[in-house]
Amino acid sequence: MSVPISVTVNGRLHELEVEPRMLLVHLLREELNLTGTHVGCDTSQCGACTVLMDGDSAKSCTVFAVQADGASVTTIEGLSAEGGMHPLQQAFWDEHGLQCGYCTPGMIMSGVDLLDRHPDPSEQEIRRGLDGNLCRCTGYEHIVNAIRDAAGGAK
Amino acid sequence: MTMQATPGRLVGQRVRRREDPRLVKGRGNYVDDMKLPGMLHLAFTRSDVAHGIIRSIDTSAAQAMPGVELVLTGAQLAEMIPPMPVATPFPAPDHHSVTPDRVRYVGEPVAVVVATDRYLAADAADAIVVDIEELPAVVDPERAMSGDPAVIHDAFENNLAVPLAPAGTGVNPATLEVEDESALNEAFEQADVVISQRILSQRLVPNAMEPRGVIARFEPGNDELTVWSTTQNPHIARTLLAAILGMGQHQVRVIAPDVGGGFGSKINVYGEDFVAAAISRRLGLPVKWIEDRSEAFMTTIHGRDVLCYLDLAATGEGKILAVKMRLIADIGAYEMVLTAAIPTLVAFMISGVYDIGVVRCDLTEVFTNKMPTDAYRGAGRPEGIYFLERGIDMLAARLEMDPAELRRRNFIQPEQFPYTTAGGMVYDSGEYERALDTALANAGWEQMKADRDAARAEGRLVGLGLSFYTEICGFGPSAAMPSVGLWEHASVSVERDGKVRATTGVSAHGQGHETTFAQMLADEFSIPMDDITIVHGDTGQVRGGTGTFGSRSQVVGGTALLLAASKVQDKMRRFAAPMLELQPADLSFSGGMIGPSGREETGVAFADVAAFAYVPIPLPPDTEPGLSEEAFWEPEGFTWPFGCYISQVEIDRDTGELELQRFVGVDDCGNVVNPLIVAGQIHGGIAQGVGQAMTEEAVYDEESGQLVTASFMDYAIPRARDLPRFELDHTVTPSPLNPLGVKGIGEAGTIGSTPSIVNAAVDALSGFGVEHIDMMLRPEKLWRLIQGGDA
Repeated sequence: MSVPISVTVNGRLHELEVEPRMLLVHLLREELNLTGTHVGCDTSQCGACTVLMDGDSAKSCTVFAVQADGASVTTIEGLSAEGGMHPLQQAFWDEHGLQCGYCTPGMIMSGVDLLDRHPDPSEQEIRRGLDGNLCRCTGYEHIVNAIRDAAGGAK
Repeated sequence: MTMQATPGRLVGQRVRRREDPRLVKGRGNYVDDMKLPGMLHLAFTRSDVAHGIIRSIDTSAAQAMPGVELVLTGAQLAEMIPPMPVATPFPAPDHHSVTPDRVRYVGEPVAVVVATDRYLAADAADAIVVDIEELPAVVDPERAMSGDPAVIHDAFENNLAVPLAPAGTGVNPATLEVEDESALNEAFEQADVVISQRILSQRLVPNAMEPRGVIARFEPGNDELTVWSTTQNPHIARTLLAAILGMGQHQVRVIAPDVGGGFGSKINVYGEDFVAAAISRRLGLPVKWIEDRSEAFMTTIHGRDVLCYLDLAATGEGKILAVKMRLIADIGAYEMVLTAAIPTLVAFMISGVYDIGVVRCDLTEVFTNKMPTDAYRGAGRPEGIYFLERGIDMLAARLEMDPAELRRRNFIQPEQFPYTTAGGMVYDSGEYERALDTALANAGWEQMKADRDAARAEGRLVGLGLSFYTEICGFGPSAAMPSVGLWEHASVSVERDGKVRATTGVSAHGQGHETTFAQMLADEFSIPMDDITIVHGDTGQVRGGTGTFGSRSQVVGGTALLLAASKVQDKMRRFAAPMLELQPADLSFSGGMIGPSGREETGVAFADVAAFAYVPIPLPPDTEPGLSEEAFWEPEGFTWPFGCYISQVEIDRDTGELELQRFVGVDDCGNVVNPLIVAGQIHGGIAQGVGQAMTEEAVYDEESGQLVTASFMDYAIPRARDLPRFELDHTVTPSPLNPLGVKGIGEAGTIGSTPSIVNAAVDALSGFGVEHIDMMLRPEKLWRLIQGGDA
């Protein structure tokens, strides 16, 4: 049994037939070939699958594709135009905010949401704001630096 | 050939990583990102009991499901695939990719499904009915050593995998026989103080953020197998896959694309990899398997789980006379590639950074009904340093001596290097007191102590902890792992347009080799970094290699690359010499030119020499055309980085919650190629060490053998808010064993941080008579200590 949905991903409208149990992250990765969104834990702890749904961060491994019917989804691939970088992508590069890169797309999408809600966050606000995202490589300090940097410099 | 690294323009600089633009834009290429035409998906049915005999497996329902192409049980697979390899010298029980008859830990695979879609494969794996006659499980290694209530492998009496492996003073290194214990006994008889403590370095789950995964594609037309794997070491993977599948190495290609962290857990070739390859060969179609996180918890190797009975003998002035460790390593249900070797590294660490006359380590390895252990970041060194540094802090407390001063009194002195420990390890270089003094100064140690005492006077439970580590890095030489070899390989080709393509046998999975190695070559050739490509992680493109583990990439891989580059440079000099009517020996590289040393700008352009090398008219005598050289490099010994970490913690008296308030570190990894990347390695290492101290513990239920910490809800890897801003510095003591003077930094933070935090927690609770606390330092345990009960 498939269900018709229409979902806008990175500004492009998709009309699709999906199984009701298909996860949004698999729709993005398997059907739309947007493999920048990663699966790290399947249980919504690690945040590697974070995307924006109608502007708010959402863990796409815990959202059914049918729940995204009518929504506008932004993935890491849609954050910046070809050849350019979003300020957070640039800051992660400049500040060495990543090593293996697997958590990075989710971290950046959470960072976008964080800066949207707190344009000028303190270090502690950034650290608390990353509660839903796990990184095993960096010890977070360079990620915190990157988000502070993207917010407009040191506090 | 004398080889010397060129003083850097780029080496030593904070160069941003070239890997990052693709990764921050979601354009990395991890194994799970790939799809091949006709690709099928695997899912495994796994044991949900810890120990038992398989009575029957009913696959009929699974086989009848739409989209299911093939179902195989362990018994059927055992006819296709021999038991998995080990690379250690100890006897090991048969370990099948999928168990044919008996299960020995929760999560052990018993059958595999091949289906057209990942969801269908999972459905079918769930539909397989496995009837297992349960046997008693044993998860406590000391209990397991009695053989009661279970013997896990019939051939290994009392579950003893390695019954006893002594090392150190009075032990014959060849026969491992204890020949003379008089020095040991004498040291303990002469001691004014003896510290004795049971200490556990608990079981951990590595948890790279990318789970394991594999795509295997066997091409029946030409009998070639290509495997895309989340491996840290594609060449080792190729060797093992070829051996187990009965293929030649020339028929197998292993590709590690972008790999999302490893920390040792992706050294092994796992059962799922062999099964994927064997099924692809059988079906002639590509197959893919991607681990989920609960599988990662249950069935990717675990780390640590070493118990130590420590005895330390010292004089009243704090001079350490002898250290004795009796180790019991709980290695789980089977041996993986390096399982049995990892605890032996603990013995190598027994002297730490101290000049200790007598050491002795007795190691016993025990099977239990748990996932096998193997290399996890630090691999044996965190355990050894933790046991020793805990013992030294206990000694300091007993003697009422400043823990920094006690360590200072026992340091190996700079003039003693190369230093041979009582256990036979040879340390390359070290200047420990300088690192200690730097850390103490940066921390404001005296002020910290005064502040702690003032806080204590107010009733606050503030504690300070200091640790000093060294570690074994830069693995090999090959004698340290004779089954594989521990050299490294590199090739450097200067193409006819002057662009450089280099390959390295080490295989980055977050370490940034594409950047650091390009920095090195840019300096060597004096050309822009953008003109250089570094290729790694593909046995089809990289002719030789060992891989990335044991903090060896820069030390061994970097040196091999430098050696290959210097061979190319020699050849370029031979081509440039006739162009300039000079002798090759007179020529140097600078500013994109090759010319007389000191006046390179009067010479010829690098690219022009490259072009000439490919159209050499006339060809210089005794010279082949072209510019492509390779090098194997075998290190003569280990490198020994070191450092000092200071932690300040505060424990909430009412809740037992531990807060890590300050973390001050000084690391010395010799020369640094890229400070940004080194800082990142240290940060991440510290976070994992903090995790072991404060938040991480893999717990198996004593009765059922179930893994009760099998998700990120139950097993807490540190979050951003658990960590303070690190206060880091470094000293530089180059290694004399390689031309770069580098030592390795991948594991240091993990090794040094854990003891500093536990030492701080014990200090914070010293008023309650606490001398030692086993990790993890969870609030309930600390709260009970505060209440005066047992931890």
